[in-house]
Amino acid sequence: MPEIHNYIKYHPRWHRTPIPVFWWLRKLVYIKFILRELTSVAVASFAVVLLFQVRALIQGPQAYTEFTRLLATPVSVILHSIALILLLFHSITWFSLAPKALVVRFGKWRISDRVIIGANLFAWIFISLVISWLTVSM
Amino acid sequence: MKDYITLDVLRYRPEENSEQIYQSYSVPYRKDWVILDALNYIKDKLDGTLSYRWSCRMGVCGSCGMMINGEPVLSCAIFLESFYPGPIRIEPLENFPVVRDLVIEMSDFMEKLERVQPWLIRTDEDEPEGEYLQTPAQLEDYKNYSMCINCMLCYSACPVYGLEPDFLGPAAIALGQRYNLDNRDQGEHLRNEVLTEDNGIWQCTLVGECSAVCPKDVDPAAAIQRLKVSSTVDFFRSFIMPWQNR
Repeated sequence: MPEIHNYIKYHPRWHRTPIPVFWWLRKLVYIKFILRELTSVAVASFAVVLLFQVRALIQGPQAYTEFTRLLATPVSVILHSIALILLLFHSITWFSLAPKALVVRFGKWRISDRVIIGANLFAWIFISLVISWLTVSM
Repeated sequence: MKDYITLDVLRYRPEENSEQIYQSYSVPYRKDWVILDALNYIKDKLDGTLSYRWSCRMGVCGSCGMMINGEPVLSCAIFLESFYPGPIRIEPLENFPVVRDLVIEMSDFMEKLERVQPWLIRTDEDEPEGEYLQTPAQLEDYKNYSMCINCMLCYSACPVYGLEPDFLGPAAIALGQRYNLDNRDQGEHLRNEVLTEDNGIWQCTLVGECSAVCPKDVDPAAAIQRLKVSSTVDFFRSFIMPWQNR
């Protein structure tokens, strides 16, 4: 910044409007953004449960049965269902943003945004199905 | 019978009041008037003390951005008709200090714009024999970002900039990317030092409103996310192939 501008830098007469704490309630898009960010907690919670499951697996068959019994309790099922809904919201809104970061070209042709979103969603569903199939069949 | 529409303008006149106050003006409702025409009517016929910036009246100069019913828009590009029967709320652009009425202080943006070095940088020493050549496909790589008119609507829509005023911001990053993606340019390393610092791209949380409000359909949100991807790739590449480091 040139020296000459410094005299206006902290101009006392400027009016600065403070940002309210609940700024994100003013617009639907901001609410959606905050929800997308907050629902990442649900994603993390699934990861934590998985880590505990691995720990139980290492501790032996008894610990593992105990852990799966705990997972089947109504409280756990309700919490998991809520977390699943939040996780679905997070994942779908997240994958919808993929074209912002990804530009895929085949020679002259640029792959359209919808195809990128579709491919991401497809990969997500496909991998989930493969994992569920492996879990059920083993 | 002549029809009228009300404009509630948020005014700030520091020598009279330290707070901003709304003032209502009743202007003729005409289908061929944009908001800027109504403001000019106020200035000419009703109240000469009203201050606002404008110049081209055709969405090119980027001077007349303001909040209209809470959305950042160019006042020359939106008709009174869209808000009929009113009233229409008019406020200065958000996230900037207000100098007077609808006039905001923009030197912060100008300083940031300069920091990303938005011009062609050449590192080769020889003067070119003629023009630097470019194919239409190479032009297409950066053309979207080059449409920016520095109107600062994206800064107004960006909650990150509002909360973290040190954030480099959407337009400055998009314009940095515009030159990074230009095949005639060789200054990507220099520019990325600024773009990838703490207050650069990593402050962005991808709200995406910058792209939604852009009157020129520039996509700064995409520019920032792509730079995040490419700078991450560069970071890991410098570990895997350290001999390529400059």
